[in-house]
Amino acid sequence: MGVAVRLSGVSKMFGSFAANNNISLSVEEGTIHALVGENGAGKSTLTKIIYGMHQPTSGEVVILGKSLRLSSPREAIKAGIGMVHQHFMLVPELSVAENIILGHEQTGLFRSLPLKKANALILKDAETYRLAVDPDALVANLSIGEQQRVEILKLLFRHASIMIFDEPTAVLTPSETERLFATLRSLCRKGKTVILITHKLDEVLAVADMVSVMRKGEIVGTVPASSVTKPELARMMVGRNVLLRVTNPPASPGETMLNIKRLRFCTPQGEERLHDLTLTVRAGEIYGIAGVEGNGQSELLQALWGLAPEGSLISGEVTLKGESIIGKKPAKIALMGISHTPENRLRHGVILEYTIAENLLFGRHREAAFHQGIGFNSHSIKSYTAAMIADFAIRCSSPEHQPLSTLSGGNQQKVVLARELNRPGISLLILAQPSRGVDIGSIEIIHNKIIEARKSGMAILLLSSELEEIIALSTRIGCLYKGSIRHEFGQEEVALKREAEHEFEKEIGLHIT
Amino acid sequence: MHAKNLRILVPLFSLLSALAVSSLIIALAGRDPLMIFQKMVHATLGTPYGVGQVIFRMTTLVLVGLAVAIPFQLKLFNIGAEGQLLMGAFAAALTGAALPASLPSLVAISLCTLSAMAAGACWALLAGVLKVRFGVNEVIATIMLNFIAQGITGYLLTWHFAIPSTVHTARITDNAIIPTFDSVTGWFTNSPANLSTLLTIAVALLFWVLLYSSRFGYEMRAAGLQPDAARYGGINAGMHTIVAMSLGGAAAGLGAANIVLGYKHSYESGMAAGIGFTGIAVALLAGAHPLWILLSAFFFGCLEYGGLTVNAWIPKDIFMIIEALTILLVISFSAFGKRAR
Repeated sequence: MGVAVRLSGVSKMFGSFAANNNISLSVEEGTIHALVGENGAGKSTLTKIIYGMHQPTSGEVVILGKSLRLSSPREAIKAGIGMVHQHFMLVPELSVAENIILGHEQTGLFRSLPLKKANALILKDAETYRLAVDPDALVANLSIGEQQRVEILKLLFRHASIMIFDEPTAVLTPSETERLFATLRSLCRKGKTVILITHKLDEVLAVADMVSVMRKGEIVGTVPASSVTKPELARMMVGRNVLLRVTNPPASPGETMLNIKRLRFCTPQGEERLHDLTLTVRAGEIYGIAGVEGNGQSELLQALWGLAPEGSLISGEVTLKGESIIGKKPAKIALMGISHTPENRLRHGVILEYTIAENLLFGRHREAAFHQGIGFNSHSIKSYTAAMIADFAIRCSSPEHQPLSTLSGGNQQKVVLARELNRPGISLLILAQPSRGVDIGSIEIIHNKIIEARKSGMAILLLSSELEEIIALSTRIGCLYKGSIRHEFGQEEVALKREAEHEFEKEIGLHIT
Repeated sequence: MHAKNLRILVPLFSLLSALAVSSLIIALAGRDPLMIFQKMVHATLGTPYGVGQVIFRMTTLVLVGLAVAIPFQLKLFNIGAEGQLLMGAFAAALTGAALPASLPSLVAISLCTLSAMAAGACWALLAGVLKVRFGVNEVIATIMLNFIAQGITGYLLTWHFAIPSTVHTARITDNAIIPTFDSVTGWFTNSPANLSTLLTIAVALLFWVLLYSSRFGYEMRAAGLQPDAARYGGINAGMHTIVAMSLGGAAAGLGAANIVLGYKHSYESGMAAGIGFTGIAVALLAGAHPLWILLSAFFFGCLEYGGLTVNAWIPKDIFMIIEALTILLVISFSAFGKRAR
């Protein structure tokens, strides 16, 4: 087997900032080569260079033995490179086959599409790689896993021999992930080369042949996946020893804070998303809700934060210390002593254009401590901002002038957590996906802060699609499936099973699918 | 390129290209562009009267510019400054004519100004309520409200309030007239520039403080930048939509007061003459920033009055083309500037 991609001395400068610095890498044909690194380590820049979206400032890119200077994805596709983006590039209103041939119609502008021929080719590829999907189905009606298969078929249709996957498992359920890995392996057996970009180290170890670790724009090492352990990879990524699992001392929960009784949620379209959901969260404990996305998490969060869309039907009881939450507006709910880090940070948690200081204030701007006249008290805000930045190790240069968009995902999330964990007088903290898009180094800080908050007596409701996170942090665990808690693990059980993490993950997995 | 440089460079560039295109069109019409521009500059900025005319026009343009810029903070496009201005003008004229002559001047002026602002605000409020309550696109709502305002004022003028065989309403009482600079200080001889300019500058400053230094502005801008996040943060985006539209309408109404109370002293058919639409250009060129609006309104004031002064050499139609092209270029360049960022 030859070398599919060889980079020698590739650098990419943005102004004076080196996103990639003197990178040399070779990817063998017919292998799965994983590229790991924290956010901002330069993974995406490197893949964009391979895919022709960026041109290197210096260095050489050799694809399948030919030295190329790709100036666009179109040329990359011609050279046999394909990419499955994290956010799929599909037209929902078109059928599977139409999406696959899009851009490669091979017909005259006003002639009819050769759909029959295309269908045959697609079915043949689908057969070979076991990518079952109906070529005539509308993409809008497909599940996320099926849409991803369409993306892969698209690459096969274009005869791509080098396939780049950008965080392909971020949106998949555990069983879909297994299935994707099987596909990746069969692609390799047929001689395709797979470049896998991910931040999930378990997956790298499960599926990759070789692993390259990036840090601060450089490749710090390339090793066979079989010869390396997870802590070793994490250390290479962060540059220091990382505690992958936070120490979680036993909890001694107090009285019940949040009480949800037979909560039912019907969307305005009449779909039932929560069905008789019942759970309690006590002071000084973390109640983790495990579940595959789309089983009612978003609706539960909407109900708890007064943001259910107009026309939704909500019945049942939700109380905090006996006072009902249902029917109240977000500002009122916050005043009751509830804090919330939203699951979609960019859409709900921050204003990217606002400065770091302004974002640390966001949602808490009504607190009198920050007020002066009709404006804000810059003095008290300055000291509050400085305290938060120090406490949560938020990496930034000038919080009063720097827009939040200049921060990495991890640091943005620290801003949200700093703000929400420090609301005065809170008794319930709702954490949704607290480590999504956050690098390993920051996760460690965030998890420690969450445990600290629990120890201080807060009741915490944790929703996460990462089972690992649920197991590491929770005092009790509820398995959410189709809108209700299907199974609950008690305090002793969780503490006991936490020791055998993988077994526990599998057991939880049974209750959520 | 840094965002800050771009913010200055883009408007500058669009103005320069507008100048170039205008020269081309003037040359095509068979005139020497240099001569025309010289005449324009001389007529606008070369005499106290010219400067006064520019300041008078600029005053209304600042206010209609603000009428567009305030809702723009919430990504709402207020195309209705024209209608809001008309309603304000009509209200000011009727109030001014109905007030007893014995009223102290300050009271009379205040009452007329407030009625103009209230009429403009109510007219814009309608679009805001339609948006929040029924999800009607504010562009469509304000365009339709423009037609309705034209209809209402036209009908009321022709059938009820016009002085027979004229196209204007009764003259407002003398006490309600906002004095010109000429009559108070002797500046800008004979020009319609009046003291409402001072009020207008104060209003622009007030909006600037409101938007960028107050908690209200903090909430409003957040609701415009990321409405979903604003809802999470407990901000009532619907309330902000209604308030922003009303504030914009009030500003447009104030712009009408400048014309009616400061210059015409009655409501006259066709007095808005598209000035509300120029407000869109004023706001866009200034990036919807209240202080930059002062500058961009000054520029458009020069262009408007300058166009009139060269009528003898260049037909009005050509100048209409030039003005509209300038606006188009400004909008295109600012869109381009946003993408470059």
